[in-house]
Amino acid sequence: MNKNACVRKLLTKRFGEINPGSIDDYISRGGYDSLRKALAMSGGDIINEIKNSGLKGRGGAAFPTGLKMQAVKEAGGSPKYIICNADEGEPGNFKDRYLMENDPHQLIEGIIICAYATGIKHGYIFIRGEYARAAAMVEKALEQARIRGFLGDNILDAGFDFDIDVYTGAGSYVCGEEFALLVTIEGKSGRATYKPPFPTTCGLYNKPTQINNVETFCNIPHIIEMGGAEFSKIGTDSSKGTKLVCLSGNVVRPGLYEVVFGTSIKDIIYGLGGGIPNNREIKMIQLGGASGPVIPSDMSDLPLDYASMRENDLNFGSGAIIVMDERINVLDILKRIIGFFHHESCGKCTPCREGLAQTLILLDRFIEGVAVEKDLALLGILIETMSEASICGLGQAAPTAIKKVLQYFPEEFQSRIHATDSAAV
Amino acid sequence: MQVKEALEKFGRTPDKLIGAMLAYQKTTPCNYLTQEDIREFAKETGLPESRVHSVASFYSLLSTKPRGKYIIQVCHDVPCYVNNSTNVVIELEQRLKTKMGQTTDDGLFSLEYSSCLGCCDKAPAMQIGDNLYGNLTAEKISSVLAEHRRKSHE
Amino acid sequence: MNMVNAKINNRAVSVPEGTSILHAAKDTGITIPNLCYHPDQEIKANCRVCVVEVDGCKTLQAACATSVREGMVIRTNTQKVRQARKVVVELLLANHDMNCTACKKNNHCGLQEIAANLGVRESRFENILVHREIDTSSPSIERNQNKCIKCGRCIQMCAKVQGLAILDYIGRSGDVEVKPAFGWYLGDVACVACGQCSVVCPVAAITEKEDIERVWEAINDPDKTVVVQTAPAVRVSIGEEFGLDPGAIVTGKLVASLRALGFDKVFDTDFTADLTIIEEGHELLERINHGGVLPMLTSCSPGWINFIEQYYPELLAHLSSCKSPQQMFGALAKGYYAEKIGKKPEDIFSVSIMPCTAKKFEAVRDEMSIDGKNPDVDVVLTTRELGKMLRQAGVDFNQLDEEDYDAPFGLSTGAAVIFGATGGVMEAALRTVYEVVTGKTLESLDFKAVRGLEGIKEAAVDLNGTIVKVAVAHSLSNARKVMELIKSGKAEYAFIEIMCCPGGCIGGGGQPFGGTDELRLKRMDAIYRADGALPIRKSHENPAIKKLYDEFLIKPLGEKSHHLLHTKYKNRKK
Ligand SMILES: Cc1cc2nc3c(=O)[nH]c(=O)nc-3n(C[C@H](O)[C@H](O)[C@H](O)COP(=O)(O)O)c2cc1C
Ligand code: SF4
Ligand code: SF4
Ligand code: SF4
Ligand code: SF4
Ligand code: FES
Repeated sequence: MNKNACVRKLLTKRFGEINPGSIDDYISRGGYDSLRKALAMSGGDIINEIKNSGLKGRGGAAFPTGLKMQAVKEAGGSPKYIICNADEGEPGNFKDRYLMENDPHQLIEGIIICAYATGIKHGYIFIRGEYARAAAMVEKALEQARIRGFLGDNILDAGFDFDIDVYTGAGSYVCGEEFALLVTIEGKSGRATYKPPFPTTCGLYNKPTQINNVETFCNIPHIIEMGGAEFSKIGTDSSKGTKLVCLSGNVVRPGLYEVVFGTSIKDIIYGLGGGIPNNREIKMIQLGGASGPVIPSDMSDLPLDYASMRENDLNFGSGAIIVMDERINVLDILKRIIGFFHHESCGKCTPCREGLAQTLILLDRFIEGVAVEKDLALLGILIETMSEASICGLGQAAPTAIKKVLQYFPEEFQSRIHATDSAAV
Repeated sequence: MQVKEALEKFGRTPDKLIGAMLAYQKTTPCNYLTQEDIREFAKETGLPESRVHSVASFYSLLSTKPRGKYIIQVCHDVPCYVNNSTNVVIELEQRLKTKMGQTTDDGLFSLEYSSCLGCCDKAPAMQIGDNLYGNLTAEKISSVLAEHRRKSHE
Repeated sequence: MNMVNAKINNRAVSVPEGTSILHAAKDTGITIPNLCYHPDQEIKANCRVCVVEVDGCKTLQAACATSVREGMVIRTNTQKVRQARKVVVELLLANHDMNCTACKKNNHCGLQEIAANLGVRESRFENILVHREIDTSSPSIERNQNKCIKCGRCIQMCAKVQGLAILDYIGRSGDVEVKPAFGWYLGDVACVACGQCSVVCPVAAITEKEDIERVWEAINDPDKTVVVQTAPAVRVSIGEEFGLDPGAIVTGKLVASLRALGFDKVFDTDFTADLTIIEEGHELLERINHGGVLPMLTSCSPGWINFIEQYYPELLAHLSSCKSPQQMFGALAKGYYAEKIGKKPEDIFSVSIMPCTAKKFEAVRDEMSIDGKNPDVDVVLTTRELGKMLRQAGVDFNQLDEEDYDAPFGLSTGAAVIFGATGGVMEAALRTVYEVVTGKTLESLDFKAVRGLEGIKEAAVDLNGTIVKVAVAHSLSNARKVMELIKSGKAEYAFIEIMCCPGGCIGGGGQPFGGTDELRLKRMDAIYRADGALPIRKSHENPAIKKLYDEFLIKPLGEKSHHLLHTKYKNRKK
């Protein structure tokens, strides 16, 4: 295939071409022009452009960004807050780090435009504690933006006041979940709470709050620049724009790729990633990260497209593609995945806290070859309970990979059932 | 740094607690918060001790147990795992003559597993302090360790 | 009020907007199991046994946390729901010591009940409990983490109602534990031993320290005269232990049941409650007339005493020097009664039945011993323990005929009964102080302003032209507000009643499990009904009290009083 057919550089167009530490470099490449343009528009018009663009959140849940902004704008209560979710803890993801380290002003510009549109005066960028370099880059960029009058009081003489604080996390994946993130900023242990109400009406300090992913915000200046209608021409019916894909695992050229929606997984792995080292076969591919589904290689023709994925009961979350070749042991991988969630669970709700520990025990039985038939049934109802009854997305999504292995690779479990015992029960 | 200083710098409101604790912990010789530290944070912020301890025990970058001067966090999630992070662990354990979750006798290094470091394109990866190291090989690990040993003498 | 219409299991329901599915289901006769939910607390939604199916939702929804919305279609009894609830309970049991038959909460346990109802006979999961040491360091309560289901009810109670936050979630994921900071023993932290956490714990993870065996031993000891006193609040709550409605007044049965257990003499703490009013009332007048420290604070709630000693020792001078009625009684039992019946103090074994766990702590204080060797009150049993003791002995409480208390500490007044509710001490004191000072007879004995569940209440009385302002606070978060007011010099009160527990002693930490505001109100109502039904309703009119002064104490605040009925409190800041 033509390797470049699927590539369209929008968010990454300045990567490597500008000095990310220089606001002048950014400005010389059209930076902050979108902000000027936006400040001449009404908030409602900006939100309309974003709605027309068809932009959906890139943090995993794919919620339409324009609708979220409208909800915040219309919500009663003040002050309102805007939060950029840069907690990026999902294994296999590194796009937000790249965006912050290579073009921090793009993110800042996106946040300022949204804040202006929704009438917000205070913003946070919540960066995971492990991303010290990214945090330093963003802090520096914020300082530069303040000096140039893009942040602070009366931004570009448009009568709009707004500033952003950086908040660094302290090592917890679940803090990427909106509610856990909010309580973390309030200085508490990052445990999820129940919903609704949603943050759009009842967020930080119980005030209306817009929370979006780094990549989501980075799209905003481009939408303003080209207009929502033009933006919506990129991609497919259900999926507009480009997607940053984090390719990792057993591939020749792992890395960050920006592709147009609709590109197939196979093209990403083989076209951009150069295939599998030593021409090995793919055993399975995990989409989105640890919380995402796994698929066998024969499904890799599927395009990166929300609708196609949904039809197949799949999703690509925040855009990670983790390739695993024929040498891996599937149950071992599942144990790693569940181990991750078990380490990261906040421990608040029963299905997740206790369920993950029990899932590990059951997986071990299969790995050690001492599992019996009823262990498989038990595993089935356990993971169903976890995904049905956990409070937050962590516990709900943790068993996704197991579910998909049971669907696409049932033999991995079946073959490990202890023959004599299964006859006995 | 003193607990008080950290709080002066960050502010005494509850939302500043985590940042202040992280900053303070960095300046302690053994990279952790003692009971006295936690009690002082509680006293200075007016928060209950149980709440401050709850926070300190929740986040993996905060520790309530003494650790080494340098904390080596090895990523062990799937992208690194399929790129042989297990070998990184073995290499580190052998070179440092210690085990994961423990600290070397000289108090220089602690070995910890870490959740994904966002360095999957350069798997296997590890982090020491604010520095990220990817594409790890036995040689690279050895030179990184040597570099930190040198630094510790400065 | 906006009503919303929905369907629960195909039955139409119409409920006020904001009603939870849990409550809406209850209205249609369906009980949805729940563990972390508590009607007086914030929604926690962490146990997940209350899940239901809601059409259009991807996942099951927690009934406690989800409000009914217009057009909602809810199913509470599908295969999916039953399976999820069952798995959740099995998961809890797999990290639990599952020792029901030998458990303190056997037959009184939320988890056990739900497991039984769901038909859980075993947990299909491997038991992963890591046994933790049982914390027996507090004389009042015991923490057994091997039973804890991490529901967080105790945390909220201690933090929100008592304002102390002794307990919190420590750690995360499977390591999470509910305990004091650093895992310290309860006896070593600034816990006030109020036992409120034990009242809301749905399982046996926090319970009263059990002292039943020591009482049996004493009863079986032929050389001991075993006397027992019963606190005002117990007569309106012990019935709940035997299936009676909350608020049933069972004073006579209570007396009979204690005799049935083998106590030699059954006395009433109400008697020393009257005595407290006399002593405390005179102390108040003394302070008002001679420029003493005001406002004076009541001292009959040991949880509150623990609080002021540990958190506001700088205000100790405000505290009345009176012992609590329990300790006045203990001192009289060993000092006056022993002499009267010709026994040595050590031959008297004095037991008290209290709604309170902090009383256990109070009884073992060094100060609470008139001979410096033996405690004045040997054992404190909570209402719950008395329930257990009666069951152990097979006493059929409901079948007993009513009996009367023994003399000389059996006669008491309505003023003493109301000690059991927040505002009661104040009201009793006002009844006496007013008449003593003015020499006039009160027209109405009911000081309604100081009754009820409001956190801080105020009233004013005209004492011969001097307007005396008083205040009443219950639960320690309210006490803290009052303390801050005093510290800032803005408390213009002469007298303040403070009770540690929400609702006062009727809501004490030793009362039957599952206390809610609704229940407290019923018990409170019973207290005032009991007061109204008594022939004498003012402490200073109690003839037995008059006799005690004539025969023994001579006068209020006199030398004997000073020795037996008053004490000193001390700075115990941790
Ligand atoms: C356990 C968990 C972790 C999450 N971590 C992140 C994260 O690191 N970054 C992120 O943007 N969204 C994360 N999310 C999704 C957020 O809750 C939220 O949906 C997102 O920030 C919304 O932004 P978007 O609309 O721009 O996607 C996480 C969700 C869950 C359940
Ligand atoms: S699902 Fe897991 S991470 Fe989420 S609230 Fe429950 S225990 Fe916490
Ligand atoms: S706490 Fe309840 S379920 Fe647990 S052992 Fe005791 S009675 Fe049984
Ligand atoms: S006894 Fe009272 S003070 Fe102590 S932990 Fe329980 S609720 Fe808190
Ligand atoms: S001790 Fe009881 S109330 Fe507290 S969390 Fe555990 S089970 Fe719940
Ligand atoms: S009662 Fe609803 S989740 Fe516990």
